[in-house]
Amino acid sequence: LLIPVVVPLVTVLYNGNNPYLFGFPRFYWLQLAFIILGVGTTTFVYQKTKDRGDRS
Amino acid sequence: VKEHQTEIIIAGAIFLFVSILGFVASRWKRPATMAHLDEWGLGGRQFGSWTTWFLVGGDLYTAYTFVAVPALLFASGATGFFAVPYTVIIYPMVFVVLVRLWSVSHKNGLVTPADFVRVRSGSSTMALLVAITGIVATMPYIALQLVGIEAVLKAMHVNPTWALIVAFAILAAYTYSSGLRAPALIAFVKDLLIYVVIIVAIIYIPYKLGGYHKIFDAAQTKMANAKTPSSTLLTPVNQWNYITLAFGSALALFLYPHSVTGVLASRSRNVIKRNMSALPAYSLLLGLIALLGYMAIAAKTKPIVTGGKPDGNTVVPVLFDQMFPHWFAGIAFAAVAIGALVPAAIMAIAAANLFTRNIYVEYFKRDASHAEQTTVSKIASLVVKAGAVVVILSISPQFSIDLQLIGGVIILQTLPAVAVGLYTNWLHRWGLVLGWIAGMGLGMWMLYQIPNPATNHKHFGGSAFALSKFHFDPTSIGLNAKTTVYVGFVAVLANLLVAIIISLLCKLVRLPDGVDTTSPDDYTHDPQRAAAPSVPTQPTGAELPEPAPTT
Repeated sequence: LLIPVVVPLVTVLYNGNNPYLFGFPRFYWLQLAFIILGVGTTTFVYQKTKDRGDRS
Repeated sequence: VKEHQTEIIIAGAIFLFVSILGFVASRWKRPATMAHLDEWGLGGRQFGSWTTWFLVGGDLYTAYTFVAVPALLFASGATGFFAVPYTVIIYPMVFVVLVRLWSVSHKNGLVTPADFVRVRSGSSTMALLVAITGIVATMPYIALQLVGIEAVLKAMHVNPTWALIVAFAILAAYTYSSGLRAPALIAFVKDLLIYVVIIVAIIYIPYKLGGYHKIFDAAQTKMANAKTPSSTLLTPVNQWNYITLAFGSALALFLYPHSVTGVLASRSRNVIKRNMSALPAYSLLLGLIALLGYMAIAAKTKPIVTGGKPDGNTVVPVLFDQMFPHWFAGIAFAAVAIGALVPAAIMAIAAANLFTRNIYVEYFKRDASHAEQTTVSKIASLVVKAGAVVVILSISPQFSIDLQLIGGVIILQTLPAVAVGLYTNWLHRWGLVLGWIAGMGLGMWMLYQIPNPATNHKHFGGSAFALSKFHFDPTSIGLNAKTTVYVGFVAVLANLLVAIIISLLCKLVRLPDGVDTTSPDDYTHDPQRAAAPSVPTQPTGAELPEPAPTT
């Protein structure tokens, strides 16, 4: 759960224009892509913890 | 006015439909009695995954956000995009924290964050501080929802004063009668409308403007040539502010009483967990909405001028008015207006609950019955809303925006008592109190030092604090000399530091600590498992309301 918290805060990763994706500069598309990273990790942890919900 | 007639009629019709829905909501999954704070104030603590998703989504991503974030990009470029990392990191951060809060609240019948502080730290002083902080931070937030509606009304050239009063009177009436069920039910309609509008907007508008590449180029060109130049990328000056603002705001979000209300209304721990992975869908929406600010630049949208000052918040409604056919613009405006009503209702309920539980019951009437508490809460919610309307109409909206800025900083100061408290009761009650005072003091002082050149205010002009004002040279640790950071972040660090030091001191001199009446098991309490260990989680389809005719 630490990964999706730290990665979106490392501005050097995305503070640039290239490469463009569908006309979006990197700054914009990469940060939107981090949403998928966040969803992925939380879903994973949820699946891992739902049966023994107290371990989360 | 004539060209706006279609818009007004469509927006008005949708608004009317939603109001009726608000009143009908009191019959939804009707309890034996509405005269209990769990029913009126938490919707019976029974909302499943879908309802919670819509409710919390409508609660956190407010109409003001949808109007103000693009306005920020429109005016200051990349900095405004902080809303995206902010709403991405929030969910993994609070994933494990909120289930603990839910469990302990469910077990002990807690309704507000201050209730929790009361039982955990055993300090009525700290609980009162948390309650007051919560109310003070929430009030301007409610007022800001009106700013969202106002922006729409201005774009339709309707006189905002009377329309606002009518809208809020209706809102107050159905919140009074239906409680949290009203915003929960309306949130379904609101989100449907918002999703449709935004999906159309992000495809149709760029298509008319010649693609995203052109939009970003236009934004960059305009910002580079502006009087105070900015950029569609971060600069060394605002980079740290971006990071600390995103992080600090994320810490603050679930300390707001209205977020806690949404979470506590859910049925089980699994509902919360599932929502933590599903809510980021709104962040995607928010990110795309933010880009409307750049589209407005590319479309050469001019914000509406009131009293000689351009109102930045009107850029999105004006952009819609400019790009969409009238009937669709009407739907879009209704979406924004309803988007303001959902969070305003939840916030008013949350603030009212704080007042009832942590001020009225604590200090005026210890033995108030459930029915009595509910009545007090209902009346308090009316007062809160009336107050918001008066503030927004009598004082400039800028005042609310400044207040909301302060609100984010002060709500963060409840972090040691609430969030840290969910993990340990090690912090001494006096450590918490003095930490709160230190954090508040420092935060206020820092905010006071920040000028706003755009409005010619000398103080409370923003939340980006120049490190150099600490008589500290940022270049000594390799940062740009003009580096700014988010006030709330620094203030909460000071708060934690003081809380730890004082706690140590108190323990050294053996000053008696408050009595923690919760047990460690309360934090992992799961009634579903306790009742029937092997039952799988309930399917959620059954709790959807009767299919409402969608417009």
